[in-house]
Amino acid sequence: MRRSPMRDFLVGCFVLLGLAAIAYLSLSVGGVSYNGPKGLKLFADFDEIGGLKVRAPVVVSGVKVGEIESIGLADDYRARVHFNLDPSLKLPADTSASIVTSGVLGDRYVSLQPGADDQILASGQQIEFVESAVILERMIGKLIHNTDVGKGDAK
Amino acid sequence: MVTVVRDLGWLSLRFVEQLGSLARFAGSIGASLLTPPPRFGRFVDELFKLGVLSLIIICLCGTAVGAVLGLQGYNTLVRFGAADSLGAVVGLSLIRELAPVLTALLTTGRAGSATTAEIGTMVVTEQLDGLRMMSVDPVHYIVAPKALAMVVVMPLLSALFTVFGIFGGYLVGVRVMGLDGSTYLSSLDSAVDFENDVGGSLLKAVVFGVLIGLISTYRGFTTAPTSAGVSSATTSTVVVASVCILIFDYFITALWGV
Amino acid sequence: MPDARPAPDLHLVFDDVSMAFAARHVFDHLSFRFPPGRISVILGGSGSGKSTALRLIGGLIQPSGGRILVDGEDVTALSERQLYRVRAKLGMLFQSGALLDALTVFENVAFPLRQRTRLSGADIEARVRECLDAVGLTDADDLLPSQLSGGMVKRAALARAIVARPSILLCDEPFSGLDPISARRIEALLVEINGRFGMTVVVVSHDIASTMRMAAQVLVLLPDGAVEGSPEELRHSTDARVASFLNPDLDAALAGATQVEVAPGAAAW
Repeated sequence: MRRSPMRDFLVGCFVLLGLAAIAYLSLSVGGVSYNGPKGLKLFADFDEIGGLKVRAPVVVSGVKVGEIESIGLADDYRARVHFNLDPSLKLPADTSASIVTSGVLGDRYVSLQPGADDQILASGQQIEFVESAVILERMIGKLIHNTDVGKGDAK
Repeated sequence: MVTVVRDLGWLSLRFVEQLGSLARFAGSIGASLLTPPPRFGRFVDELFKLGVLSLIIICLCGTAVGAVLGLQGYNTLVRFGAADSLGAVVGLSLIRELAPVLTALLTTGRAGSATTAEIGTMVVTEQLDGLRMMSVDPVHYIVAPKALAMVVVMPLLSALFTVFGIFGGYLVGVRVMGLDGSTYLSSLDSAVDFENDVGGSLLKAVVFGVLIGLISTYRGFTTAPTSAGVSSATTSTVVVASVCILIFDYFITALWGV
Repeated sequence: MPDARPAPDLHLVFDDVSMAFAARHVFDHLSFRFPPGRISVILGGSGSGKSTALRLIGGLIQPSGGRILVDGEDVTALSERQLYRVRAKLGMLFQSGALLDALTVFENVAFPLRQRTRLSGADIEARVRECLDAVGLTDADDLLPSQLSGGMVKRAALARAIVARPSILLCDEPFSGLDPISARRIEALLVEINGRFGMTVVVVSHDIASTMRMAAQVLVLLPDGAVEGSPEELRHSTDARVASFLNPDLDAALAGATQVEVAPGAAAW
């Protein structure tokens, strides 16, 4: 094999291309976290989180602004969900967080609706206003129960 | 009946013997990599032979596989009204399974067999003995750079296969079938996760690289010094490496997806 | 602990060496001293074990018994690491040349120097050119081994074998596969190298004429034992086996060999 500069150049190109492909897949497609320890850390307590998973997206008006960092139990047995958000976000103190489903049977994620308060939430603070996840089976159960009751009343 | 059992015993012993021999060989490669002088020039040579020369086949096959996935995926998904998820289907299939496995099989066929043939020919033409007589360890000079290059090349080629596959799926889904381009890409983005998917894909690629690198160099090194020996060693590389790749694929998938 | 300057008669010695491959005995209890600084030839027919003898000296294979001394050190007792040190004193010309087919002639000849010494680029170039000139390949330095003729391959391999100034040069069938003129050329080169650099030269060959011309000491490997002596001694030997080996009556040998060997169990037809 002749050691030629051309050959070395081609190898260099190949390695760069490969690394670029890996980077594209990891960052853009795979969504490697861009916040890390410098993100805006907030938390909220929910009665029910449904199938919400760690690393699920957190969105504002449909735009992804961060993800779920961890999920645990608070002292009152509610679910405490920790968010890791874009540090440039300015969320008013009366922002509300709701757990929604993408589609009918899709994955759960958290949607934030910013409020109108003058005070801005700082890292480590709690989002007070929450809307828990809707569990489909319970909704259907309620519906059936209501229908039965309705029938019973009509009699 | 007795002969069958005896043959089985003999085969098992030979199998274990071969595994032991392979493990010793792997150990000597590892030791060589830690011994100076570093053969950087040889390593770059091998990156060229194994990587750059495989680029075209990887890109072509990647695009083709992605296009087929796009076609098959679209035809199936459209029945459930879920054609918008085509990006996710193509991306996940490629990243999790098809890219690392197909890249590994293609690389075994092209680069793996070339490696075995090259080393095997060197055995037959006494070049390895020549190196020993010049006080150069053939494992250090020839084998270790090849094995290391294979491990480095595999994740790079696998990632390129994936990217070209996504592109192939895009060509079919968007250009031919008329899906919306950004829908394709966003469904891909939302479905793919680094930890579960891309990370596992790269891990598989690296493991397969180790397998191919080890098996192809071992078979070349232990070629019987006849001309028939080289071709039999080359065939053996392709067969053994392919089977190992598929078996390891199962185990990695099972363990990683926990 | 070997002496710093080993006695000349421990320079290159086979001491009671036996070699067997599976059931086949190649030689038994062979003892021979190669005279330092002279050309020795190991003669024998095909399968007599001549090439095996060279590989034993280089430590590429182990004998089934006996010792092989190189400057007082027994190479059969050394590890691969330690052998690398001993091999620095040896230069080997393989039968097929064994040049690295990915490197040019120049790079091949420079290889031992680049790998094992810390000579500067200019020094290496000077040495390589000197050796290429000595073998007459001055203009071929940029060619690949695949572009060389058989004779050129042997000459390039010879240049590579001597470039690091070994004290012992081992040649495995240097004349095989060459036309008579090229063979004579190699023979002249070996004699010149021996004269100019004072290297001990061990040649393995089956060509009797050249052996008689250049050897100081000859070891003849016969099927039932070995015979040694100078060319003069062998020429006047009274041993019938030696006489028939040196002056083969080919017609008689062919007549005696008309009986084709029949494998046991095979039909004779």
